[in-house]
Amino acid sequence: MAKVIERRPLTFWERTYLPQILGGLVVTFRSIFRRHETLEYPEQRPTIPTGYRGAPTLVKDPHGREKCVSCQLCEFVCPPKAIRITPGEIPYTDPEAHVEKAPKEFEINMLRCIYCGLCEEVCPEEAIWLQDIYSLSATSRGALVHNKQKLYELGGTRPDSHFKWDKKLAAEKAAEHGDGH
Amino acid sequence: MNAFIQSPFGSFLLYIVLHTIYALVVIVVLMTFCAYAVLAERKISGWIQNRPGPNRTQLPILAYIPVLGNVLKRIGFSQPLADGLKFLFKENVMPGHVKKFYYILAPCMSLIPALTTCTVLPFGVWWANGGASQPLVLANLDIGLLFILAVSSLGVYGLVLAGWASNSKYPFLGGIRASAQLISYELAMGVSLLPVFLWSAAPGETSPLNLFTIVQSQQTLWLVFWQPISALIFLVSLFAETNRLPFDMAESETDLVGGFHTEYGSFKFGFFFIAEYAHMIVGSAVFVVLFMGGWNFLPGMADPWPHNAIGSVLSVVWFLVKVLGFVLFFIWIRWTLPRFRYDHVMKLGWNVLLPLAVANLIAYLVLFAFFPTF
Repeated sequence: MAKVIERRPLTFWERTYLPQILGGLVVTFRSIFRRHETLEYPEQRPTIPTGYRGAPTLVKDPHGREKCVSCQLCEFVCPPKAIRITPGEIPYTDPEAHVEKAPKEFEINMLRCIYCGLCEEVCPEEAIWLQDIYSLSATSRGALVHNKQKLYELGGTRPDSHFKWDKKLAAEKAAEHGDGH
Repeated sequence: MNAFIQSPFGSFLLYIVLHTIYALVVIVVLMTFCAYAVLAERKISGWIQNRPGPNRTQLPILAYIPVLGNVLKRIGFSQPLADGLKFLFKENVMPGHVKKFYYILAPCMSLIPALTTCTVLPFGVWWANGGASQPLVLANLDIGLLFILAVSSLGVYGLVLAGWASNSKYPFLGGIRASAQLISYELAMGVSLLPVFLWSAAPGETSPLNLFTIVQSQQTLWLVFWQPISALIFLVSLFAETNRLPFDMAESETDLVGGFHTEYGSFKFGFFFIAEYAHMIVGSAVFVVLFMGGWNFLPGMADPWPHNAIGSVLSVVWFLVKVLGFVLFFIWIRWTLPRFRYDHVMKLGWNVLLPLAVANLIAYLVLFAFFPTF
């Protein structure tokens, strides 16, 4: 059924605009007393939702072991080629020697990074995480190329229940004693 | 010393020095008002848009005051100083394609009329020994209102000159619009004021165009109640004359980049900026003098202050309060109404305001013809 809309002509006062202007003034006057929406940034910080993709960082596991094994998957997947890894070997004397590899140097150029999160997604060791760091600034370009030390400083440790390499080591030891599979 | 002051040359010198001081005081007050009108504009626009507005600037000295210092910081008390210094210290860029002499002349041309009009503007009253009331004014001209109309419309020459001297198309369009708008609204403005002259030209009155006479004639009831149509037309024309929204055709940053001041920067732009607010303040003051009873207290009420020096000061304060109220009204309107389309501005000026002003004039002419002592 067609709906008939009555289009009545404007009244005299409507054509003068004056009541509408007064109505508008009332609206703006009321909004003066409403709550301010401004977040006064340096003092107040926004709440960052979980899963936020901030600056990529390197993390350690709860035992303080460096998780990255320098497989370079993140370096290869990185679309803007922001990651540069120099692989290194873990010496035999190290208690973590069974992990075999760790990065000698790990650089992420934050001027190139596009925060896509592919490095985090591709990492088999869950070693690289995009965390809630949203404010990066520096006085030189060089300072914005994060090196390994800086990346671990930003990353810290994350809770982890896998302990993949500890289990592997335990399995190896058990096999040596002959009660393995 | 006394003998020197009483000699013709001495008294002339004293006259010059005193009046220079008076003029400087008035200009300082006007400029302070301009600076804080800019702050008010930014704060009120913020509040209307649910923002706090400028609240970070702080003079180091003020920071040491315990609670007040923080309040002053939150209301942006030192912001005008920072704004002024910013304009002063910016690089003074002169585009290569401008007509240099007129390019520099234009900002001055827009500020000078605004400062000149405040010379004839009465802003208070004092009582001579005999009890006769005298205006507090820099120059009590008998044709004060004509002087204001003549000089304040010169302000638009600054915009037109800026548009032409910039030698670039957007400022040029802005200048053309400013001049078209001036012509359309000046007519309605002038005609809307004629009933005011008729009103104040009571039988026996020798100087009906004197602004002080007009204010004194509103001691019982303000003119806005006797002549609401005149007041409305004058107010709308005032918005157009001062190039404020919804009539800021000359600036119109959505379609003309920056309008007449596109090519201006640093302190030359600052001059335009100050001139806009000076025009707004002087315009509000003229409206208060003509229609809102000047320094008279409230309609139908005698002034509550005594007829002495304190009363004079209170009358000036009351006048400034009214002017401030109108400045806030100007700002409030700006953040409420969108800009009119250019052809609507012209239509409103020529098809509505001008006929209305003429009809209004004729109605009051007939009224005064039949009731000359009304």
